Amino acid sequence: MAQKKIYALPNIITPNTPVIFNPDICDGCNLCVEVCQVDVYIPNPEKGKPPIILHPDECWYGGCCVNDCPRPGAITFNWPVQQRAYWKDKATGKVLRDMTCPQ
Amino acid sequence: MTKWHDFLEKEGKAPPWPYPIRYDQEQEIETDVLVIGGGIAGCWAAINAARKGVRVALVEKGDTIRSGAGGPGCDHWCNVPANPHSKVDPDEWAKKMTERPGVLGMLQKDPVKCPYGNGIGTQIQCRENYDTLLEMEQMGGKIRDVNDEYKGAEGRYDDTKFMLSPRVSPDHSTEVVIRIWGTTFKPALKKECKRLGVNIYDRVMVTSLLTEGGIQGARVVGATGFNNRTGEFMVFKSKAAVLATAGDFSLWMLNTELAGYNTFRSRTSTGDGVAMAWRAGAELTLMERTGILMLGTGYKHTWYGGAGDASYENIQLVDANGKKLPWPLQGWPDGGAMRPAPEVFEAIRQGIQKGEYALPFYGDFPAMPDIERKVTWKLMLGEESTTKNITNTYEKAGFDPSKHLLQNYNFIEGTSPSHWRNAGGGGPVIDWDLKSTLDGLYVAGEQTFSAGDHSYAAATGRYAGRKAADYSRQTGEGKISKEQVALEKARIYAPIKRSDGIDWKELHAGIARTMQNFCSEFKTELLLNMGLDSLKEMEEVFVPRLYALDPHKLMRSIEDLSLLTHGQIVLNASLARQASSQTLNFFRIDYPEVDPPEWSKFVTIKLGNGKVKTGELPMDYWGDLKANYEAHNKDYTGVYKG
Repeated sequence: MAQKKIYALPNIITPNTPVIFNPDICDGCNLCVEVCQVDVYIPNPEKGKPPIILHPDECWYGGCCVNDCPRPGAITFNWPVQQRAYWKDKATGKVLRDMTCPQ
Repeated sequence: MTKWHDFLEKEGKAPPWPYPIRYDQEQEIETDVLVIGGGIAGCWAAINAARKGVRVALVEKGDTIRSGAGGPGCDHWCNVPANPHSKVDPDEWAKKMTERPGVLGMLQKDPVKCPYGNGIGTQIQCRENYDTLLEMEQMGGKIRDVNDEYKGAEGRYDDTKFMLSPRVSPDHSTEVVIRIWGTTFKPALKKECKRLGVNIYDRVMVTSLLTEGGIQGARVVGATGFNNRTGEFMVFKSKAAVLATAGDFSLWMLNTELAGYNTFRSRTSTGDGVAMAWRAGAELTLMERTGILMLGTGYKHTWYGGAGDASYENIQLVDANGKKLPWPLQGWPDGGAMRPAPEVFEAIRQGIQKGEYALPFYGDFPAMPDIERKVTWKLMLGEESTTKNITNTYEKAGFDPSKHLLQNYNFIEGTSPSHWRNAGGGGPVIDWDLKSTLDGLYVAGEQTFSAGDHSYAAATGRYAGRKAADYSRQTGEGKISKEQVALEKARIYAPIKRSDGIDWKELHAGIARTMQNFCSEFKTELLLNMGLDSLKEMEEVFVPRLYALDPHKLMRSIEDLSLLTHGQIVLNASLARQASSQTLNFFRIDYPEVDPPEWSKFVTIKLGNGKVKTGELPMDYWGDLKANYEAHNKDYTGVYKG
């Protein structure tokens, strides 16, 4: 097994991944960088690549990045575990919960 | 590879700062009207001032395209009694809303009077926001069901294609709120600003107001700010300024992480406007009004975490066995429930404990007719501020509103959430021109000690813009004090001169803890004074150790300083009101009598020569609403003709 280089990193902040980019759809236009109210992203140093999520802990789930994205599917919301919502099937009474994991 | 540590692992180094660093550069901008804050109120102010032919600069901390509370969207244009379907008189409605503002009061048969509304702003809203809405349509905003998507929905008028909302309209008795497609508004407003030649400065945080000769209480002649991506310093010189900033929504926020969905507004809403107005010497009022933050349910805030747990129309609420709950309905049966009055809420709580109602509760979407469900789910939630991504998430996860009951989080999350917030509503005292007590400083939107609703922000922004433009035409250039600019520059750049000490998150949490301990549920003179002492110690000991590694963190650091000032204002205002008040959600243990008549007044505070001065204004200091509105607006020309 090839050994991945291990860095000494501080704990990952929470939430860490408020959105997930699909690099096959995203063309790095950076519109999401501009419409974000709190500047969560910075442009990727490599042109044409999805932005880097620099301030995920400041994300307030305003949704402008996802809603305004010109390439649907390029950005998907990824809610923190504690925020996953519940609902119930009216006919069967079965309680359901959002357990989608886009990655 | 979009996470920061992914980048690090791949590249072996952190990404470089993507914007040029310009800490040592300075720009000076001269304008007639300076608009501070590019949200709904700010854009409308800029547009209306520009239509008067004066030079306008609009400064926004984010990007004007989507910034502000109403930037992502909005689903209701409230209090629009001048619409063609309205059954109420605009002036009478304004009076009613001033005496008991808020949706709750309107629906109670015998409402508790909530007389701390802003009469001037409400009168302007009721008189002018239908014209404002039509202008929104001229600019490209969608305000009618032009594609006949909701034909047959209750409240839809086939002649105008307006969708009237059930809000505050039992059995269609008022028809005073219109549903709108608010996601189309903000880009249209920015486009109009550009078309009119407004100079927009995005990603610039305004940090202080400049006063004539640098004297506290003198005419406002400009402002300072800095670019939060490059760090460049900005000096704005203006004849008139419009303060259109947001309230503060994180003063009590203890979390340094997972903070985003615990704020009702974005992290950038840190009360900068009130803090700078206070430092400049403007008189403020209602700053003691704070409350509990009932957030964190379901996806993000209460309000579509589950139905009926916000004061918006939602859906019929049922208990875990499908039994209907006595949540009050508004409008019509399928118009939905809304947040219950305290006594109803208490009856439900007791019912739960007696086994009458089983937890958890649910919003019964399947019980609604298809068209009404579509209106609520797609139009209302699809267009309102930040909820579109919430409905999208539900749908992607398999939620189908025609089959599924949406869980509600009332009660099961506990009834004593951990932190308070500024309940919105405090701000500079204003007159009939929406001018503050400082010459040259106008105020619009939420900052005018009002509720932060969209049409209020739009109508008061539009109004303040035209008044500020008129003032700028009849006044001379102001003189900026170089000393004041230099002092402010030193204050702003102090955190970048250090590379260790205390970072913004730690200071933020420290300020929040002080507010939580000394200015939340239990208020006494001793505790409030301890709060002031604590903030003073922070100013003296910890603020001088604040450090910022880049322009973004510098912005967050300076926001902390706004919050610190904001805390001092709230504490001083709380000391000044020596009585309890139900309406203001303000309870002093040492003054337990609730709403005694002699305290039915606006308490005001301001700084003069660095000292806090308190004062008061009668509850109806604006006089006769209709007569004074008309006296001050003889030249009002209605809808813009181009």
